[in-house]
Amino acid sequence: MNRETRFWTAMFLGGCLLLAFQSLGTERGVGQQFVVRVDATTGKIIPAAKEASDVSAAVKTVIYEPAAKGDPEAIWSFSRTAGIWIAALLTLCIFSYLYRDNVFYKLAESIIVGVSAGYWIVTNFWEVLVAKVLVKLAPDVARYAFLPDTPTNVKADYLYLVPVVLGCMVFCRLIPKIAWMGRWPLAFVVGTTAGLKLTSFLDADFVRQIRSTVLPLVVFSADASGGSALDWKQSIQNIVIVISVLSCVTYFYFSVEHKGLVGRISRVGIWVLMISFGASFALTVMGRITLLTMRLQFLFDEWLGLVRI
Amino acid sequence: MSKTVPILIASIVGFIMIVANFSPPLLPVRQIAEDWFTIVATIAMMLGGANLCLHHLKKISDREAGWGFSTVTLLSFFITIAVGLLKVGAVPESEQQLKFAWSGPFQQEGSGFWWIYQYLFSPIVSTMFALLAFYVASAAFRAFRAKNVEAILLLLTALIVLVGQTRDREITSLFLPPPVEGALPYFPIADLTEFIRKTFVTAGQRAIMIGIALGVVATSLRILLGLDRSYLGGDE
Repeated sequence: MNRETRFWTAMFLGGCLLLAFQSLGTERGVGQQFVVRVDATTGKIIPAAKEASDVSAAVKTVIYEPAAKGDPEAIWSFSRTAGIWIAALLTLCIFSYLYRDNVFYKLAESIIVGVSAGYWIVTNFWEVLVAKVLVKLAPDVARYAFLPDTPTNVKADYLYLVPVVLGCMVFCRLIPKIAWMGRWPLAFVVGTTAGLKLTSFLDADFVRQIRSTVLPLVVFSADASGGSALDWKQSIQNIVIVISVLSCVTYFYFSVEHKGLVGRISRVGIWVLMISFGASFALTVMGRITLLTMRLQFLFDEWLGLVRI
Repeated sequence: MSKTVPILIASIVGFIMIVANFSPPLLPVRQIAEDWFTIVATIAMMLGGANLCLHHLKKISDREAGWGFSTVTLLSFFITIAVGLLKVGAVPESEQQLKFAWSGPFQQEGSGFWWIYQYLFSPIVSTMFALLAFYVASAAFRAFRAKNVEAILLLLTALIVLVGQTRDREITSLFLPPPVEGALPYFPIADLTEFIRKTFVTAGQRAIMIGIALGVVATSLRILLGLDRSYLGGDE
């Protein structure tokens, strides 16, 4: 056993000992989660003393809501406690990448690839294929099987068979002889996106941005006496915005060589962009640090219970 | 046939979208096309899922390096799909829904799918993003050098905005006495951060947005006019 292995074995054993002490030696335990049982139809809390078999006989549908440990009606939740433990261990697996690429990180990475693919497929199945396709093609089936709130006056709209057929043609790509048919739905998606984006970008990111830049360079605002006074703060702000946008746009204009006056203006544009990138960098770093803080808070508060936040 | 039809489909649908934007009677057509787009894209996502399975099944059958992780990926993929589609643990939420066993929301708190999101998906994704804090800081330390005006501006702004985001951002310092109540701070870093965000950041982002919008319009037009056919891929 080399020095590095000894070090990590010691760290692992130390961690296990800490977990064991925290679990057995403290009142709060590690990652313990409690819930209250609620009758979904009436909204009433079911007493903790009631046995599960009695509850299932008396109450038609039960939902579980999080509760504090000291709550008299709270019961211990195995699934949520196991969930906290698994989430904490997976968090540690991901953090282990800071040391180097290892089997624990790869395990967490493989899980997230599978789970995220499955997650989006399931979400789209219920929110698109059922809520949009099935409701349009067979509203009675949708109402009976999945969505009881579907209005009874909805009639079938068989025009929605077209996107279903187009969508199924995507799978032609898996068969080499008819793979060319897979281009049709792709063309539909590309054409729709191009048409939608052309107008939306032209409106939101071009016309409106230019309109927002056409600002008064000298701003007067009402003062306390009822008259108007120069609002120098707003005026400076507007002047800086107008000059900055114009200089940045000049920098992005490549049809003219950046020499002389154009060169000097575009240099100001570069400075503005650098300031903008610096601020964006700082905001990104702060966002990531906030996420890191939240993960550490989860580990030390929700899981280990070492801190009180 | 293999290329003409897709180009026609893209052009016709695209121009309908554009015309519908300017003529109110055609707005329902636009709405329907948007719905169709979502449906086609959703079914295409299923192809993505099928490809994921084929790729990992091949890795497993060939016993390639790391095939064990492919097994984990496939297991988590199928378990998530089974739990989500069968609505494991989801219960009807009202008296009226009781006779419909599958009427509970699939993301209902306490259901199996909610559990997967809450305890697998969310922690791993947020921790992966949190890891970037270390790598961004490390990359910045290696790459940022104040060797010209542009770099100095970038560094200085980043520093000001970083400090401006913190809770105790009004620097009182160890060697300066605390500011008098109501007086201006020694170094108005919060105001400066706000000024930078309202002016330079807005202006920079605005110029970039204008450039992107022009690029999107040009690319969209090239696609709709059939000049750009790269999305069709090579000959098959």
